[in-house]
Amino acid sequence: MSALATGAPIQPNRPGVTGRISDFLWKHPHLLLLILLGPPVLWLGIIYLGSLLALLLQSFFSIDDFSGLINYEFTLATYRQLFSDANFDIILRTVTMAAAVTLFSALIAFPIAYYAARYARGKWKAIFYLGVMLPLWSSYLVKIYAWKLILAKEGILTWAFGKLHLSWLLDAWLSLPIIGGNSLSVSYTGTFLVFVYVWMPFMILPIQAALERVPGNLIEASSDLGGNPGQTFRHVLFPLALPGIVAGSIFTFSLTLGDYIIPQIVGSSRLFIGQAVYAQQGTAGNIPLAAAFTVVPIVIMGLYLWMAKRMGAFDAL
Amino acid sequence: MTAAVLFQNVSRHFGAVKAVDAVDLEIAAGEFFAMLGPSGSGKTTCLRLMAGFEQPTHGHIEIFGETAEGVPPYRRSVNTVFQDYALFPHLSILDNVAYGLMVKGAGKEERRRAAEDALAMVKLPGYGQRRPGQLSGGQRQRVALARALVNKPKVLLLDEPLGALDLKLREQMQEELKSLQKSLGITFVFVTHDQGEALSMADRIAVFNEGRIQQLGTPEDIYKRPQTRFVADFVGSSNVLSSAICAKLGVPAKAASLRPEAIAIGTSWAEQLTLPGKVISRSFLGAVNRITVDCDGEKIIVASPASMPVPEIGADVELAFSRNDLHLMEDA
Repeated sequence: MSALATGAPIQPNRPGVTGRISDFLWKHPHLLLLILLGPPVLWLGIIYLGSLLALLLQSFFSIDDFSGLINYEFTLATYRQLFSDANFDIILRTVTMAAAVTLFSALIAFPIAYYAARYARGKWKAIFYLGVMLPLWSSYLVKIYAWKLILAKEGILTWAFGKLHLSWLLDAWLSLPIIGGNSLSVSYTGTFLVFVYVWMPFMILPIQAALERVPGNLIEASSDLGGNPGQTFRHVLFPLALPGIVAGSIFTFSLTLGDYIIPQIVGSSRLFIGQAVYAQQGTAGNIPLAAAFTVVPIVIMGLYLWMAKRMGAFDAL
Repeated sequence: MTAAVLFQNVSRHFGAVKAVDAVDLEIAAGEFFAMLGPSGSGKTTCLRLMAGFEQPTHGHIEIFGETAEGVPPYRRSVNTVFQDYALFPHLSILDNVAYGLMVKGAGKEERRRAAEDALAMVKLPGYGQRRPGQLSGGQRQRVALARALVNKPKVLLLDEPLGALDLKLREQMQEELKSLQKSLGITFVFVTHDQGEALSMADRIAVFNEGRIQQLGTPEDIYKRPQTRFVADFVGSSNVLSSAICAKLGVPAKAASLRPEAIAIGTSWAEQLTLPGKVISRSFLGAVNRITVDCDGEKIIVASPASMPVPEIGADVELAFSRNDLHLMEDA
């Protein structure tokens, strides 16, 4: 016989405990899955979801105005308070900002992601990833304070506009109602710019991943069938990238809804949801109202995803 | 008559790589034309030059008499059946087929009717509401064909359209493609690395190697009278006899090709050439036995009909063939 056919047809057990464990887990694959999944599911289920539910439950309690103590009885009074004019303004302001940030991020992110997915190769791809991820590695606070300096009245942006003889443009912008202000750093425009900058990687990466999965020949096929670049984008590229855009917008939208540091440092003094939650559970000590504010982003995200699904955003998945 | 596709001294270089190198080509209207060659031979790049996905580095391309270089794919009345079909995964089969009409602004009802007719033509009636992911490879291939043909192209390009199908389906599709081409009268340009496919389907074949056309002719020409060793090797694995063997046969030539099926073992008659050898190996291929014979250190393959007796390995045999089957070649 040939030299290859030596040894037993079936090898003996591997020696030791690890060998026995291997055999046992091989025979019981579900047990292995349980061991691997158990701890993270417990972590998510009890520590994360559990505490979130406990918090949400608080929103159905109310606070006693005189003693400042929580009244543990089911009531919708807190929600009534949530929709008072002052509080509803906060919600509207935050949602509008989140929507504007998301839309603008998507507009900027798409061409970058498209370039990275379709054209960048080798070294350029590495540079792309580095360029997108690098801002995430430095402290969030450092970046925001840097932006505060850039946007300040004495900052480089004002200086640059002056040098380009475009001060009139900046002044005109700042004199606009609502989005203007004394300087960019105390206007909604400033808050918006910082939000867009800080969340940009979270929009670029999912879109890039989605575009990477679109085979190049689909774009050629569209062109071959008579679709000009605009039609190819509208009928092929955009629908196929939509799951990535939705994934990215979930990040930018929900992160903007929940953030309380950026509007505090850059922008007008008017509150956003995150700041309201921070103020209510801290200085005001109104945990039920803070909890009710927390429910708002969750409900909005739920509605957003439901709408996206109905519009067929996930059909290409 | 104007040619359907005309290449004049066309080159497409990618840096130092000459994917297509100074190719001259004229494809007649209504012709079934095959571009045959191994991978990397430039046949697919030629197809992409016709579709407009590539632009020539040098040279001139015409499609039905009109200059094609610099014209984007979406302005050419040329449609492509892609190698892996390239169906749009997010659209239904009907919308896939109707895509070309949709981007040209055809009405909804007109689109639906044309797409359904096209699906019926490729024998997939009633499949319109499905998604590409729900179809088998053969069905997707038909959809890709319908999607291209619904636009009534001047030239239909097919990039290895049958490569991903299994043998039975491939043979069936070959028949269908051929009869479809006959009935529609559209010029088909077909890229393949399968010589059997090219020989059985095409009116004419261009054999590509290293960016150049090695030989252009009818299937019979290419098969029986290969002009270069490459063509002889690539098309139907001909035996190439060296000058030494040619001399021994009394035929002065640098090299000569000899088809495996033109050789008989042990049964010669007067006017035939003969060559002694020793059987090295044999294998049964169904209709024929493939027998490898060693003649003075050169391996010669014989395709012997299964009805003929098969010599044992190691047996001394005599190969016999007609002088007419020996095709002399210019290069060695």
